[in-house]
Amino acid sequence: MKSSISRRDFLKGSLAAAGLTIGASLTPFGAKLLSGAEMKNGFKPTVWYEITPDNIVTVWIPSSEMGQGIRTTLAMIVADELEADWKEIRVQQAPAGDAFKNPLVRDQLTVASASVRGYYEPLRKAGAAGRMVLVKAAAKQWKVAEDECLAQKGIVTHKKSGRKLTYGKLCEKAAALQVPQEPVLKKESEFTYIGKSIPRVDIPEKVAGAAVYGMDVAVPGMLYASTARPPAFGAKPVGYDEQAATAVKGVRNVVGTPFGIGVCADSLDAAWKGRDSLKVRWDKGSLPDLNNDSIEKHFMEELDKPGSKVKDAGDAKQALAAAAKKVEAVYFVPAVAHTTMEPMNCTVHVQKDRCDVWAPTQGPLVAKMVASQVAGMPADKVYIHTTLLGCGLGRRAAPDFIVEGVILSKAAGKPVKVVWSREEDIKHDLFRPATCQRITAGLDAGGRLTAWSHKVVTPSLMKDIDPKAVVNGVDFMSLWGLADFPGSPDNNNIAYEIPNFYLEFLIDDLPIPGAPWRSVQNAPNAFVTESFIDELAFAAGKDPLAFRLELLKNNMRASRVLEKAAEKAGWGKAASQGRALGIAQHSCFGTYVAEVADISVNRKDGVIKVHKIVVAVDCGPVVNPGPLHAQIEGGVIMGLSTALKEQVKFADGGVKSANFNDYHLLKMSETPEIEIHVIDSKEKMGGMGEPPVPPVAPAVANAFFNATGVRIRRLPLDPATVMEAIREKA
Amino acid sequence: MVSLRVNGKNYSVDVPNDVPLLWVLRDHLKLTGTKYSCGIGECGSCTVHIDGKARRSCSIAVGDVQGKKITTIEGLPKDHPVKRAWIQEQVPQCGYCQPGHIMQVSALISEAKNPDPDKIIAAMDEMLCRCGSYPRIKRGIKTAVEIVRKEGKRS
Repeated sequence: MKSSISRRDFLKGSLAAAGLTIGASLTPFGAKLLSGAEMKNGFKPTVWYEITPDNIVTVWIPSSEMGQGIRTTLAMIVADELEADWKEIRVQQAPAGDAFKNPLVRDQLTVASASVRGYYEPLRKAGAAGRMVLVKAAAKQWKVAEDECLAQKGIVTHKKSGRKLTYGKLCEKAAALQVPQEPVLKKESEFTYIGKSIPRVDIPEKVAGAAVYGMDVAVPGMLYASTARPPAFGAKPVGYDEQAATAVKGVRNVVGTPFGIGVCADSLDAAWKGRDSLKVRWDKGSLPDLNNDSIEKHFMEELDKPGSKVKDAGDAKQALAAAAKKVEAVYFVPAVAHTTMEPMNCTVHVQKDRCDVWAPTQGPLVAKMVASQVAGMPADKVYIHTTLLGCGLGRRAAPDFIVEGVILSKAAGKPVKVVWSREEDIKHDLFRPATCQRITAGLDAGGRLTAWSHKVVTPSLMKDIDPKAVVNGVDFMSLWGLADFPGSPDNNNIAYEIPNFYLEFLIDDLPIPGAPWRSVQNAPNAFVTESFIDELAFAAGKDPLAFRLELLKNNMRASRVLEKAAEKAGWGKAASQGRALGIAQHSCFGTYVAEVADISVNRKDGVIKVHKIVVAVDCGPVVNPGPLHAQIEGGVIMGLSTALKEQVKFADGGVKSANFNDYHLLKMSETPEIEIHVIDSKEKMGGMGEPPVPPVAPAVANAFFNATGVRIRRLPLDPATVMEAIREKA
Repeated sequence: MVSLRVNGKNYSVDVPNDVPLLWVLRDHLKLTGTKYSCGIGECGSCTVHIDGKARRSCSIAVGDVQGKKITTIEGLPKDHPVKRAWIQEQVPQCGYCQPGHIMQVSALISEAKNPDPDKIIAAMDEMLCRCGSYPRIKRGIKTAVEIVRKEGKRS
């Protein structure tokens, strides 16, 4: 199986010379299926594959491959309905095009755990339509009824006579036929590939060291570029030594950009040496005294200022006044960094009449738009070549590094490869924003939750993505996990039924750039709510599992994952010596997850050892279980990394954290056993890239409380924080 | 001029002696399987074999490895037990750090008289993977050691 980056400009019609091509065009009425002939007449397909006379079925993958195995999973959906032979499937990365938009996110963006659930139906229909046309072509050739023919493994067979024709032999005739608009989909019991673990098509080349990431792109005659960036937020250059930089052997250009001073050179080594020789002097930036303490103090002060009302159901104020017991707590979650293993990079070639961008991007259409604007040429002259991504995590949906590449290539008049160092990647990340929250809740005499009043202070994520989406001071994306955009299919809401519920939001305005980070704010928000729910259960004298289930009576999917995780983890049984369990649940992006953490605490050095995490998920139907399990493992590990270790350090108005020696990620020895239970579910399909992340931190914090009787209301639960909390309690 | 022996081939490259070996492999010899991630020897993505030992190519000046035997991920045979195990266990996610992990594990296996998966796993904390492929790396290590026990070592 071979996959490669397509550099073919096939929206312009350079299709396979002969063969059957199936696409679908999204219309306001749904998907309209198109034959190859129709598409050449100017229709723009969304989802494509092509069958050529050599029997090869090439599937174009609209999503970015960043480790989730999407090239395999999407191809499986087509192959199944098409009745193709998996051995004859090839994948190609699709170019940037409106036609490739994911109907769920209405963009060609690999975000929101939306690839499989968004493309599932269009790809099934496209595959089924192709199968039907191939059968029709065979029946026509044999002059027999279509229902006497069977498509299987890339061959149509006439059942009575045993005559056979391969898809390769049929594809040219099939291309001339009308494509059915409402193809008959297979029954689930007839699936050949969907639901079975199929090895990923991208793994052999990754293991061989032959896979091409953005970092591995080479264009003849290219220069390498590095940018000297401001050490503090908002800092502007006061002066720099251009001569010293150009004196470095191999340095070609010094270019002022909105990001800093760029240096283009014959080699990366020369670009870096040139950058250092600039010795840029910067002003102090917008908040020179900013550091972790000042940030937290600022957030705490904001908590007492009035915000915007997000939700107001019932009368929380009155219900709180009438409550038999009140519980109040303040939580703080610091900013964390993406730290994709492949630092930001891209290669750009701006020429007189075209602009080529080779980039590991989650958003090829966004890349196309910004490149068009910066290069000053129409979007149809911009060609985005999406490479493999060395992690995405949300960081690569932002186009800042692409803008930088276009500016530098335009200025240098040559292809330019921009490579960020790890230090640049961390210091100039768009962070998962910090959040500070206060909740006051009321319990009645029976320990039932009657009121919940919740104040959130955090920056707006949408203000940089789509400012129009911030309405009356409310940015739902920053509130995901507590409240979702009206009408969102993802249901990133608090799952509990709370009779009197009030939610208020104040957008924080510190000049720290932010962006979505795997699960967006579902993770920090779930840390707060799922820790607090345990606080309430404790105050009510109830078991945390039972307390949750009471509030989820009408939420079958959330209840059953909780029950499953609890049962498999031995919840309610006596814990073994020195160990404690903690439970949490959260649903987002259409998937329901519960996790139980099994931990022990070293009271001498403050180290929390997580022995095991039991995960139960309900994501509806599963296409490729192998990569799905890998996503769960990876999500749990990333969630645990933020629970125990991650926190960006700020100092002197900028970012102090610089590399993996001071921004620590979870290591192998710290990784617990992860036991996964996927519910056999016929419910609506959800995503899996992100939902495993949010329950991890609260499950660990709740286990810590159960182990020590100490509630920690901040992350990370690192040794210093743990020791301080234990000392305070004593 | 720097002379290098990489994957059994001899190269001369016109670069300053202080350039990290990593960038010479990637940008001059076009052996891009060896990855840059931290540049300070903290993550292991750039791991190669130098005279059979796993070393961080980001932190070694190219001038210091002249005359030594350098092996990169591209030079490790396709049917090497670790590569086979990595495919069998479907270890990589994004895969960016995996050449480094494979080079680390393959060196540890060939160095050990009787490779012990637990000892190898214990030596993996010098490596980082952001996707969280650790559980599968562990499985990959166990499978690779099983293959070696069955078929014998190979370099």
